[in-house]
Amino acid sequence: MVSETAVTGAPELSIDAIVHKHNVEPGAVIPVLQEIQETYGHVPPVAIQRVAEHLNIPASEIYGIVTFYAQFRLEPLGKNLVKVCHGTACHLGGAEMVAEALSQATGAREGETSADGLFTVERVACLGCCSLAPCIMINDETHGRLTPESVSKVITEMRRAEASASVA
Amino acid sequence: MPGKKNGSWLVRIGLASCGIAAGGRKVYDAFKARLGEAGLDVRLKQTGCLGMCYNEVLVEVVSPRNESTFYGKVTPDRVPRIVSEHLSQGRPVTEWAIPDEETSGLLAKQKRIVLRNCGLIDPEDIADYLASDGYQALEKALSSMSPQDVIDEITRAGLRGRGGAGFPTGVKWGFARKSPGRQKYIVCNADEGDPGAFMDRSVLESDPHSVIEGMLLAGYAVGASEGYIYVRAEYPLAIRRLEIALAEAREAGFIGDGVRGYDFDFDIKIRQGAGAFVCGEETALLMSIEGRRGMPRFRPPFPAQSGLWGKPTTINNVETLANVAWIIHHGAEAYSAYGTEKSKGTKVFALAGKVARGGLIEVPMGITLREVVFDIGGGTSSGLEFKAIQIGGPSGGVIPARLADTPVDYDSVTKTGAIMGSGGLIVMDEASCMIDIAKFFLNFTQDESCGKCTFCRIGTLRMEEILKRIAEGNGREEDIAVLEELAQNVKRASLCGLGQTAPNPVLTTIKYFRDEYEEHITEKKCRAKKCPALITYEIIPEKCPGCGLCAKYCPTGAITGEKKRPYVIDQEKCIRCGLCRNVCRLDAVSVR
Repeated sequence: MVSETAVTGAPELSIDAIVHKHNVEPGAVIPVLQEIQETYGHVPPVAIQRVAEHLNIPASEIYGIVTFYAQFRLEPLGKNLVKVCHGTACHLGGAEMVAEALSQATGAREGETSADGLFTVERVACLGCCSLAPCIMINDETHGRLTPESVSKVITEMRRAEASASVA
Repeated sequence: MPGKKNGSWLVRIGLASCGIAAGGRKVYDAFKARLGEAGLDVRLKQTGCLGMCYNEVLVEVVSPRNESTFYGKVTPDRVPRIVSEHLSQGRPVTEWAIPDEETSGLLAKQKRIVLRNCGLIDPEDIADYLASDGYQALEKALSSMSPQDVIDEITRAGLRGRGGAGFPTGVKWGFARKSPGRQKYIVCNADEGDPGAFMDRSVLESDPHSVIEGMLLAGYAVGASEGYIYVRAEYPLAIRRLEIALAEAREAGFIGDGVRGYDFDFDIKIRQGAGAFVCGEETALLMSIEGRRGMPRFRPPFPAQSGLWGKPTTINNVETLANVAWIIHHGAEAYSAYGTEKSKGTKVFALAGKVARGGLIEVPMGITLREVVFDIGGGTSSGLEFKAIQIGGPSGGVIPARLADTPVDYDSVTKTGAIMGSGGLIVMDEASCMIDIAKFFLNFTQDESCGKCTFCRIGTLRMEEILKRIAEGNGREEDIAVLEELAQNVKRASLCGLGQTAPNPVLTTIKYFRDEYEEHITEKKCRAKKCPALITYEIIPEKCPGCGLCAKYCPTGAITGEKKRPYVIDQEKCIRCGLCRNVCRLDAVSVR
C-alpha cells in the first residue's frame, strides 16, 4: 500500500507530487486526499495543511471534507484492515455473531486497532457480496459464508503467516 | 458466441467479486495447470457474474457442439476429474453438475437484457464485447440517427430510471438537451449504497462496456462532451475493470475527440466515492465530484438545467445506462414488448437473505413476488415459513407473504407502501423480527444522514431510540403512535430522498405487522426469537456431551462446566449474542 514516493524524501514532497498530479482537475481535492490515504494508510495532519496551501482552500474546509466522508482516517491503520459487512443480507445471516468472534480473535472491536497493531477492524454498511453473507474484507480480499469458527480460523492463519514472515 | 472457436471446448469461470471471494481464482489456476499438463485444446475464459451466486464457484463447460453444463460449488480438488472425464472424454461429471431442472427453473422466468453478456464474455477483453453486438448501437446512432431520434427511441421504449425513482429516462434526457449551453455533462451514478444491493456492482464487473456505450449514447443525445462515472470506493474490482475497459475503448476510438471518425467528442473520467451513502442522491453526488461535502441542495434548479459546476447535467443509474445500447440496437418496440403498460422492460434484482437460491436475476416487469421468491429463488433457505420480503433497501419497505401475488412494477409496489428501489430484494422467514429489521435500517439511515435538515437528523435518531427501547422490552403504549407521527414529519420536512424515505421501513412494518409491535410492547415477547433482551438461551442437559465448544466462543464467560458433563449458561452474564447456539453441532442450545 505504501508507494515509492512515500519512501524517498520527506512526506511534504510526496504530498506535493500527489497534488501536482491532480492539480489540473476541477474538484481535485477528494481524489488528492484519496491518493494521500492510499499512500500513507491515513490522512496525516501535515497533509491537510499542505493540500490547503496548494489548492488555496482553507484547512478548515479540508478538515470538513475529511470528517464528512467515512473513507478518510485521521489515525494510522494497523497492518491489516478488516472490514466487517453489516448489510441487510449479512445482518440476517448472523453478522453480529461473526463480528463478535472476530473481535475476540483480533483483539480489536469495531473502530479500533488491536494492541499488537496487526488489525484495524471497521464496520461497513454493505460490501455488495450478499449471496455469500455474512462476509468480511481483509485488505483487498473478500471472505464469505463465514461462521464464528471459520472467521477465527482465518485470523489464526493470518497471525501464523505474519509470524513466519517476520522470522524469515 | 463470443470467444468460441468452432469445434473447441470452452470453460468459463465466474470471476466477479462473489466468485473470487468463494475461491474462483484458485479454481481458474487449477484448470490452467491441469489443461496445460494434459495438453488439451480448451479455451479457458474468465467471465463476470453468471447470476447463480448461491452456487459459487461456478464453472460452465461448453462442448464443441454448444452443449452447456454448469458446475456449482467447484473447488480446486474437483478440477482433475472434470478435465479427465468431461473435457478429455466428453463425459460430464453428473454428480457435480447443476441439474437441468434447476438451471431451467432459475432461467425460465428471467429475461436478460441488462445482464445479456454477464457470465458469457471476458469483461477485460473488448473483443468479446464487440463480438456480442458491442458498440453497434453507437455506430447506428452516430451514422443514421439524430440526437433527438435517440431521445425519442428511449422515450418510446418506456425506459424508466432504475436507480429507484423510476423517472422516464427519455424525458430526463430531453430536459438536458433543451437546456442552453455548450458544456454539458453525463454522470453515471455507480454509488450503489443500499445494503443488500449488488446489481450495479455485477454489471460493472461483468460488462463494463455496456455502461460506457450507454453513456456515449446519452452524451450524443443530450449534447454532452464529458462524462463522469462516480463509483463507490468499496468496489475495487469494478473500478479496476472500468479502468481497463475505458483504456480499451479509448484505444479503439470509442472515447475521445472525433468518436469513430464522427463529429462527436466524448471523454469519460472515473471518480471514486468516499464512503457516504447520501452521495447516491444526485445533488449530493454532484457536490462530491466538485470536491465538497456531499450535502444535498434544494431543487429546482434541477441538474438538467444547472448541475455539475452549474452546467446542464444528466445523471443516470448504471442499470438504466446498461439498457440503452440494447434498446437502440433492437428498437423501442422490442423493449416495450416486455413489462407492463406503465413499467416497460425488465428489472435486475439482487435476491438475497433467507432465500435458497440467492443471486442476481433479471425479470420482466409484471412478474409476481411469489414467482420471484419461489419459482426463481426456490423458497426459503431455512425451510421455515416465508414471512415477508424487503424491497428498496433503507428507502423501501416490507411486503408481507400474504401479498405475494403483487406484480413487480413501479406502481403496484408503491401502492403497498414500499418502493421498487434500486433492486435489493431481501427474503425474510419466521425467524426474522420486524422490529429488528426496522431498527436495522433506521440505524443505517441515521448514521448516513448528512445532518442538514433538523427532522432527518434528529427525527430519525428519536425513532431509532424508540425502536431500541421496544426491542429491549421497555416499550410504552404510546410508542406506535409517536413513531407514526415522527415518521410523517420526517418525510415532510426533509430536503432529499434519504430523509423522505428513511421512515418507510418503520411505516410498512407497522402497517403489516402491527401485532408484532404490540407483542413486543405489551407482552415483552419477540415471536421471531431475535431481540436479545426478550429471549433466553439454555443448554439442554440431555443433549449436551460437555465438549466445551460453546464456552470457548462465549464472549462473557457465561458458560461453565466440566468436560463430559452438561454445561450451564449463567443468565446474569449472558448477553444473548447467540454464538453458543450457532457453534453447537448437536443442537443442544435452545432459545425461548
